[in-house]
Amino acid sequence: MDKKKIIGQAEQRWDAIAKVKGQASYTGDFPIRNLLHAKILRATIAHGYVKHYDITEAEKMPGVVKVVLPEDIPATPYATAGHPWNLTPEKRDIEDRNMLTRHVRVYGDDIAAIIAKTEFQAQKALAKIKVDYDVYPVYLTPEAAMAPDAKQIHEGHDNVLGRSKVGYGDVEQGFNEADFIVKRHLSTPVQQHLHLENQIAVAYQSDDQRWFCLSSTQIPHICRRIIAQANGLPWSQVRVKKPFIGGGFGNKQDVIIEPLTVALSRLMGGKPVQLALTREESIAYTRTRHAIDFDFKIGVMKDGRMTAIDCDVVSNQGGYASHGHAVGGKGGTFINALYRADNLRFTAKTVYTNIGTAGAMRGYGMPQLVYALECAIDDVATQIGMDPIQFRQLNHQPDGYYNQFGKTKQRDFRIEDCLVKGREAFNWDQKLAQAQQKTTSTKKYGVGMAAFAFGTAVWPFGLEVAGAHLIALPDGTFKLHIGATEIGQGADTALSQMAADTLGVSFEAIIRDSMTDTDTDPFDTGAYASRQSYVGGYAVKAAAEKMKQKLIERAATTYDIRPEFLDIVANQVVYATDGDLVVTVKDLVMASYYDLATAKALETHASVNIHNNSYASGCSLAEVEVDVATGQVTLLSLMNVHDSGKIINPLLASGQVEGAMAMSAAYGLNEGLVYSAEGRPLNNNMLDYKLPTMMDLPDLDKVFVETVDPLGPYGNKALGETPTCSPAPAIRNAVKNAIGVEIGKIPLTPEVVYQAYHQAQATVEGGIADV
Amino acid sequence: MKQLVNFTLNGETVSCEVDVRKSLLEMLREDFGMTGVKEGCGVGECGACSVIIDGQTVDSCIYLAVWIDGKQATTIEGVTHEDGTLDPIQASFIDAGAVQCGFCIPGMILSSKQLLAHNPSPTRGEIRRELSGNMCRCTGYQKIVDAVQLAAKRLDVEPHARAAIPFTIEK
Repeated sequence: MDKKKIIGQAEQRWDAIAKVKGQASYTGDFPIRNLLHAKILRATIAHGYVKHYDITEAEKMPGVVKVVLPEDIPATPYATAGHPWNLTPEKRDIEDRNMLTRHVRVYGDDIAAIIAKTEFQAQKALAKIKVDYDVYPVYLTPEAAMAPDAKQIHEGHDNVLGRSKVGYGDVEQGFNEADFIVKRHLSTPVQQHLHLENQIAVAYQSDDQRWFCLSSTQIPHICRRIIAQANGLPWSQVRVKKPFIGGGFGNKQDVIIEPLTVALSRLMGGKPVQLALTREESIAYTRTRHAIDFDFKIGVMKDGRMTAIDCDVVSNQGGYASHGHAVGGKGGTFINALYRADNLRFTAKTVYTNIGTAGAMRGYGMPQLVYALECAIDDVATQIGMDPIQFRQLNHQPDGYYNQFGKTKQRDFRIEDCLVKGREAFNWDQKLAQAQQKTTSTKKYGVGMAAFAFGTAVWPFGLEVAGAHLIALPDGTFKLHIGATEIGQGADTALSQMAADTLGVSFEAIIRDSMTDTDTDPFDTGAYASRQSYVGGYAVKAAAEKMKQKLIERAATTYDIRPEFLDIVANQVVYATDGDLVVTVKDLVMASYYDLATAKALETHASVNIHNNSYASGCSLAEVEVDVATGQVTLLSLMNVHDSGKIINPLLASGQVEGAMAMSAAYGLNEGLVYSAEGRPLNNNMLDYKLPTMMDLPDLDKVFVETVDPLGPYGNKALGETPTCSPAPAIRNAVKNAIGVEIGKIPLTPEVVYQAYHQAQATVEGGIADV
Repeated sequence: MKQLVNFTLNGETVSCEVDVRKSLLEMLREDFGMTGVKEGCGVGECGACSVIIDGQTVDSCIYLAVWIDGKQATTIEGVTHEDGTLDPIQASFIDAGAVQCGFCIPGMILSSKQLLAHNPSPTRGEIRRELSGNMCRCTGYQKIVDAVQLAAKRLDVEPHARAAIPFTIEK
């Protein structure tokens, strides 16, 4: 009997109805009685020390309940990064911050707070606090912060907070053998997540006398731990719930406002306190994507074979460690994941500065690395006059490559298929040939491409655990509890499809919950690293297999049939061979509740610890028109080709890809948070920070080279972050193809492109434009 | 200072004593429990708080509550039919896969409703222009454009025939 496949179907996401009705409740939508409101006083310098606060006027303002200074709350240093706790102290994230601080390390640092009856009153009172600073020199760049006389941003800690080095072979030998050596300096901007829902949390003492926090977090279980650590509470005394989330993209993988919100409620004797950030605060004072500078040096033979790759990385951390060197150092294992070269050296350092703190953002260092790598690789192809796709085909790692840095055999690694498919689907050869014809004196036309390889989840570098819990309900449906976090990406729906598929029931028979609760949902580290449908998938599969076994055992006993003869198909227990009905799942489960003699609840739990990693890959192809009179780049078309193994839900998958392509296209063309010389953010609003609008993007093309990954729980591997990797460099390479200038930085704003083009016209020898 | 405002909210006549400094967004959320109206920026940039006032889409975060006096306002809660069933635009957003985190969706649907009211068969370019005041970070907008096109097709036929029009992408 044929089983209806639920994996691979475009099932409707279970939460869509609530969302289109405006019925979905996000953190700020819950009615809470006697709610107090807090606002944070932001430092108006980027580096210094608060010598004195004058709060007399602020305390007299209407509605003010309390003005809170750093001395009023616990001062245990803690780390905000959403990594699992590490039992080895030296491997833990750097604990370098307090909930409120007199030491100012970034503009907008949290130097005091006000609790008032209304948010408006708290806001008004903030302006009445007078602050007297000692002002220190401001370091905006790693170079400035690494100067010999630079002041330590964190006393007792070098401004270089992390270094790493990996490699093999002898790069100098490789360069000696090379026919050509290409050197490129490439830099990336500060990008911000711009999730539509700003950070918001509510905390109070619940009726069990513990501390409750409702928050828009990607990582509820980690959030609980960090709240407890910052507040000096036993972990069990904190409970975190996460309702619907209005996007996160990694910013909510940092525990930013929750510890303070709980601390303020504790100051208020447990009364409920809400802390909601404004858009301006969320852009400037939460987390960003690290700005990273890359120096690439690549040796290549005339026939296109690469002899050596040398990459030196400097990552701008901003004022606090957050995810720290984990982001800047990540690239080390992904150059060799994609390209062969007998000699490789990757050195990286991450440096404290006084710009906004950088943290996790979709792709976690990979969009930066892939941008730089794929610009450099493309320039090497240009140098030897080889078609860029062909050059990558010549140099990419084969399927089955053992990645010694990632300690992983890259099984079913389908980059070759992606490149072949991309060439064909994009009409690469035709478009490349047409580029010259279409070009006029002012409008230049070009095509470009870029490739990537990407791991799924964080093994072997970090913990990979997930849990699932299934409860059979009397009408034959199943409540699925998972610790994995739905943040808009559709994880809940994909995981529900997995449960239904394994159980043999319809998708509608799986019931999810909008709320994740650290008290009742199994432990899972949360939404990051494209891990949830992979690691969470194993947990759901294990729980569903156990449930199926229990159902079959019950049916076997009740109907006196050997269990191996039975299967579950379309909500019915049937004979596996011919599909003859034995009992419906509904009747079977009903009996498990109410049969006087045999009733016994059907529940299963699973927790998994996953020690494998499946490498996804893909490429982007872009087509641009450049107006050289203005420098304006128009993105005419953009295609992503992905090998992400089995696609669990094609509608959700293409939605993920489109959103990520848009994020990366804008990374290449528009986005960047900029600072004044004093370290003050200049464009922390949605007008001046150029988030693309609907008019700024073309329709986005995507192709899946679908395979069944041999390791993934349902043949699947990473997809949530992978599409953010290659669009930006594909666009840069298309601009190169159009105007013949190898620009070394993004975003490619009209100003950058105009200057690069006209500078290159002035210096005929060309080379990379340093603008 | 407070002022009494009388207006029509989702077809119902209502009134409220409101602080004159309050925005319509704040009044709708706090005094009427219309939490489908979302605040994404508070300064009229993102469109998450869009509502329809007398046939025009408005960012309710930069519209004073007192200005609503005597007018008709529609929020996302007023788009869902009385019996709880979905409007064809809402259904089209689901079918086209236009919903991810969902925070921008109420505003998107209201802007789409307003667009389709005065332009029943918009091109993709017209949709992109008309909805450019509503920002989304999840979708790259493509499936939202798809959803509006699908809704236009469905609204063009009798209600009983709408469900038969499937989601197919046209470009």
